[in-house]
Amino acid sequence: MTTTRSQLPFGRRPLTAHMRWRYGWSAVGVIGSGFCAGLAASLLLLILGYVAIQGVTALNPAFLTHVPRPVGVSGAGVANGIVGTFIVVGIAVALATPVGVFTGIYLALFGRGRFAETVRFLADVLSGIPSIAIGLFAYTLFVQPFHHFSALSASLAFAILMLPLIIRTAEESIARVPTRVREGALALGISTYSSTIHIIVPAARAGIITGLLLAIARVTGETAPLLFTAFGSQFWELNPTNPMAVLALQVFTYAISPYEDWHRQAWAGAFLLIVAVLILNVSARLVLRNRFEA
Amino acid sequence: MQSESHEQLHLRRSRISDRWFMAGVYGATGLFVAIVAGLFVELYAGSSSSIRAFGFNFLTSSHWNPVTNQFGALPMIYGTVVSSLIAIVLAGFVGVFGAAYLVEFAPRAVARPLAFLIELLAAVPSVIFGLWGLFILAPVLRANVEPFLQAKFGFLPIFQGFIFGSSLFTAGIVLAIMIVPTVSAITRDVIAAVAREHREASMALGATRWETMARVILPGATTGIFGACVLALGRALGETIATTMVIGNKPAIAASLFQPAYTLASVIANEFTEATSDLYVSALIELGLLLFVVSLAVNGIARVLTWTVLRPAKAR
Repeated sequence: MTTTRSQLPFGRRPLTAHMRWRYGWSAVGVIGSGFCAGLAASLLLLILGYVAIQGVTALNPAFLTHVPRPVGVSGAGVANGIVGTFIVVGIAVALATPVGVFTGIYLALFGRGRFAETVRFLADVLSGIPSIAIGLFAYTLFVQPFHHFSALSASLAFAILMLPLIIRTAEESIARVPTRVREGALALGISTYSSTIHIIVPAARAGIITGLLLAIARVTGETAPLLFTAFGSQFWELNPTNPMAVLALQVFTYAISPYEDWHRQAWAGAFLLIVAVLILNVSARLVLRNRFEA
Repeated sequence: MQSESHEQLHLRRSRISDRWFMAGVYGATGLFVAIVAGLFVELYAGSSSSIRAFGFNFLTSSHWNPVTNQFGALPMIYGTVVSSLIAIVLAGFVGVFGAAYLVEFAPRAVARPLAFLIELLAAVPSVIFGLWGLFILAPVLRANVEPFLQAKFGFLPIFQGFIFGSSLFTAGIVLAIMIVPTVSAITRDVIAAVAREHREASMALGATRWETMARVILPGATTGIFGACVLALGRALGETIATTMVIGNKPAIAASLFQPAYTLASVIANEFTEATSDLYVSALIELGLLLFVVSLAVNGIARVLTWTVLRPAKAR
């Protein structure tokens, strides 16, 4: 036999009109805010969907293996831009990682007082500086004196864009290494250098790698600073002191061109970019998750 | 000198390696600070001839004419501010209420995937937002949304005039989509940091779930939510590529949101490599300096606002 509410000794009394109004209003609020969350999440799916549909139909082997060709000539590709992205981002990683990780070590282990607070503040604020302003900095520092656009200047801009993320994730993950690990190392009489490099940093490895992957994801799709640093190129270019094609920049150039054929290539390039960026982001999450399971 | 014992040798070596290591640590930190300082110095030095030529008029003049070497940034300041305000109004509403739902109302099985998707939205490169805005969103807005707004609210000057696909309105919406994840992520942290006792007290008094949200949780999180919105505003102000692709790039101030406009960042993006005279380059770098200083201030404010709320929660 089932017992309904009305049969219970203290059954619910019928709702007054006022209470019904309050519950109704509450439901409207909950559903309305749920709609907002759903809207925000569906925007990603909407954009991903369009890029996937438009991009896959425009994708072909030549696109991945050939260099750009004039409008209307078939068999054009962005292979030089893909390689250029690897070169520019690779050099940026090589520049930013040591500076970022060591600054993170400073903040986590040695940073006390006003100077450390200033460094933290600068790292937070730098992450919000528009990338185009950082591109201008790279231009005045590295392009103007040599009168020559170069992939290196783009790497410099990218390295600066990566720094805040690398610094703050390195700091957080190093600070989270349990104190007893640090004290254990000290108790063994190991030097600061050895305990930091051989014990503390390896223990914080997962967090540092996560930050690095997210930083790479951030700059892989970055376009604005490239306009006047890497500048772009129609040809194979492997020398980082020369102007170089970069995928994100090619997507931009093709998208604002008046040609239908180039629009299709922009979608295909965008598809490659978004796949790369999503893989980087998801693997950054996986690295962190594995750490907690280990 | 006496020959060293094994331990002494070891100790001396580790002192030397420690010295090098600490030099590396302080060197890297110093380099980082120098880079941030260098950003300001270089941008200021680069814009000095423009600052000397135009002074304060640079900010108040609306003549942007490279042919006559006349540079006034007012139309770009206007376009930047208005497109960012449209963005923050839309993204603030959706982001704050969406975050409220994810933290307080949603079952775990719903909240986690939704939060994941919103976080990934932040990872999409801006050139892809621009591409999507230009070819998918702008035509829809021009054909459907903007005529609808004009028919219903055409008495407002902001919805009058000829309808362009590339406009302040389109840029505002694309920017809103781009900054929703920022608003949402920080608002979620801020709401979660509101003390548990407050919610329980409110529920115990018989408040409904929504009343608890609207009268206890959100008021308690106001400072942090404001900080989240300021931070997102900073993102919108400095966004370059997506805005450049959808705003229409016309240095004019019009009352209507359906007219093309220009932003500080998109002028730099469009004109920098074509700038012929030194004064022209300098004026563009001054726009960059302006962006740098404004976003420094905005981010500083946002950090102070969110930090006061989030720091106790993160205390180690």
